[in-house]
Amino acid sequence: MKVLVPVKRVIDYNVRPRVKPDGTGVDLANVKMAMNPFCEISIEEAVRLKEKGVATEIVVVSIGPQQAQETIRVGLAMGGDRGILVQTDQTVEPLAVAKILKAIVDAEQPGLVITGKQAIDDDANQTGQMLAALLGWPQGTFASEIVKDGDKLKVTREVDGGLQTVALNLPAVVTTDLRLNEPRFASLPNIMKAKQKKIDMKTPADYGVDIAPRLAVVKVAEPRKREAGEKVADVDTLISKLKTAGAI
Amino acid sequence: MAVLVIAEHSNAALNDATAKTVSAAKAFGGDIDVLVAGHNAGAAAAAAAKIAGVRKVLHADGPAFEKQIAEAMEALIVPLMAGYDALFAPASTSGKNYAPRIAARLDIMQLSDISAVIDKDTFERPIYAGNAIMTVKSADAKKVITVRGTAYPAAADGGSAAVETIAAPAGPFAAAFVSEELSKSDRPELQSAKRVVSGGRALASAEQFQQYILPLADKLKAGVGASRAAVDAGYAPNDYQVGQTGKVVAPELYVAIGISGAIQHLAGMKDSKIIVAINKDEEAPIFQVADYGLVGDLFKIVPELTEKL
Ligand SMILES: Cc1cc2nc3c(=O)[nH]c(=O)nc-3n(C[C@H](O)[C@H](O)[C@H](O)COP(=O)(O)OP(=O)(O)OC[C@H]3O[C@@H](n4cnc5c(N)ncnc54)[C@H](O)[C@@H]3O)c2cc1C
Ligand SMILES: Nc1ncnc2c1ncn2[C@@H]1O[C@H](COP(=O)(O)O)[C@@H](O)[C@H]1O
Repeated sequence: MKVLVPVKRVIDYNVRPRVKPDGTGVDLANVKMAMNPFCEISIEEAVRLKEKGVATEIVVVSIGPQQAQETIRVGLAMGGDRGILVQTDQTVEPLAVAKILKAIVDAEQPGLVITGKQAIDDDANQTGQMLAALLGWPQGTFASEIVKDGDKLKVTREVDGGLQTVALNLPAVVTTDLRLNEPRFASLPNIMKAKQKKIDMKTPADYGVDIAPRLAVVKVAEPRKREAGEKVADVDTLISKLKTAGAI
Repeated sequence: MAVLVIAEHSNAALNDATAKTVSAAKAFGGDIDVLVAGHNAGAAAAAAAKIAGVRKVLHADGPAFEKQIAEAMEALIVPLMAGYDALFAPASTSGKNYAPRIAARLDIMQLSDISAVIDKDTFERPIYAGNAIMTVKSADAKKVITVRGTAYPAAADGGSAAVETIAAPAGPFAAAFVSEELSKSDRPELQSAKRVVSGGRALASAEQFQQYILPLADKLKAGVGASRAAVDAGYAPNDYQVGQTGKVVAPELYVAIGISGAIQHLAGMKDSKIIVAINKDEEAPIFQVADYGLVGDLFKIVPELTEKL
């Protein structure tokens, strides 16, 4: 079974994002970028499926600027087999990403697509579900466990009340949650090997997808600032402060 | 104009998130219908009919809807949207699961997790773990929206809308519910609790999490939360996680115990009314958002606090 893993290049999760003074967006100039953490979990899961003999080939896809090639290389160093970069400098919204991914799925015919549950920049949490709907495939979102069971895929999902298990017909889309696995670090030899792996260069036009945004950004602002309060000396003071504030 | 609100419920009862989503729909405007899709969900439909401001309740009942499987929700809702200008769903794990499928089928770019309605095309939503608030104007004729539960109060009861039964597609669907393991607790539910006590990595074991966090939560009649580190380490179940990629809460009192205050955690609790932090590191970032900070060893402070309350 071929597995397709879409990965997004985003601000590194350790960096505190700063809103641009002119209110047009978040400042990404000279900011450390990295693979979206959920996408690392997706790659790791694909590699484990390959190690178990369930997956045969792992194709790593990214839609984004030229530098997203580096993000694909990280995936290839972790164990991906080849890459596809759909290059554009425009912002591509999840709906357009899903449409491009659908075209790639039509061409590549994978048996499984593993996306992250959420990109930590737009916090949209929708691309995997949209792709599944466009393909008419079932989905297992927020996965904390994936087991191939005969011709079905059993996916345990992290839901508000606890855990839920669903059985999916294949092909299917899975979106990954934090507890699915702990991504490996790529070893130096594997990083070197990844440099030889092939990355196909494409553009959105190659897939005939219109990526014009549907959402116009009116402004991006700082959230309401919360003032740091006071340090209290002991438990008694804390209790009396909370009583005065009406919190207890 | 008409809006379809998708109810969140357990078939037997309506979840608070439904009435909050109705409030957001009221800010959008137009007639508001609530869809209760479930199995033997008559009680939930009757409860939805009581929310003030609801025009009518659509009740679709069938086995595939017991757990609101996304593929079934898509099959039910996509045709219904011919009669509506907007779909509003809670930004719960359930809403996040099915809403994007409906948006994609309707060729609409979904507005996820909105925190404010500015006008019928313009909305606010947090991005980058709440480190920025983006105002966006949608060019789509119809809207598919998920609503952040902490952004709106629950709409009051007092309505008496008619309940209309509609057909539920029978499937088969390409996905099926197999089983669930729900955390059981008699404590207030995390997202509707007025007070929340959360524990972090510092608790160091599941036993100590239970021994130190739960009695304090009981004293305060609080819901219990946790940081990702505490959940990853198995000290608390996954559904306790508060943060960017867990639950978003805004109680009247949030007590963070042995939690450093990473931006991903703050994203889920910094709109709480009063924040208390207990941490042995006086430089911990959690103190930058705490109204009252107590520097010291939680294993001494928490039992004393629990006893004196
Ligand atoms: C993609 C992604 C998503 C994430 N989503 C979330 C999320 O939704 N929610 C979330 O919480 N995190 C999330 N995180 C993780 C986040 O970045 C932090 O790693 C996590 O919040 C740290 O948890 P913690 O504060 O419990 O642990 P630590 O950061 O290890 O902090 C422990 C704290 O306990 C204090 N301490 C230790 N011993 C004692 C003692 N005896 N008494 C008092 N204080 C003590 C220490 O001083 C320290 O401040 C996410 C990370 C990523 C990459
Ligand atoms: N530009 C992109 N290129 C490749 N994959 C993407 C892109 N945007 C989103 N995805 C995938 O969709 C997931 C969820 O993103 P989102 O819906 O934006 O929160 C990510 O974790 C990726 O797996």
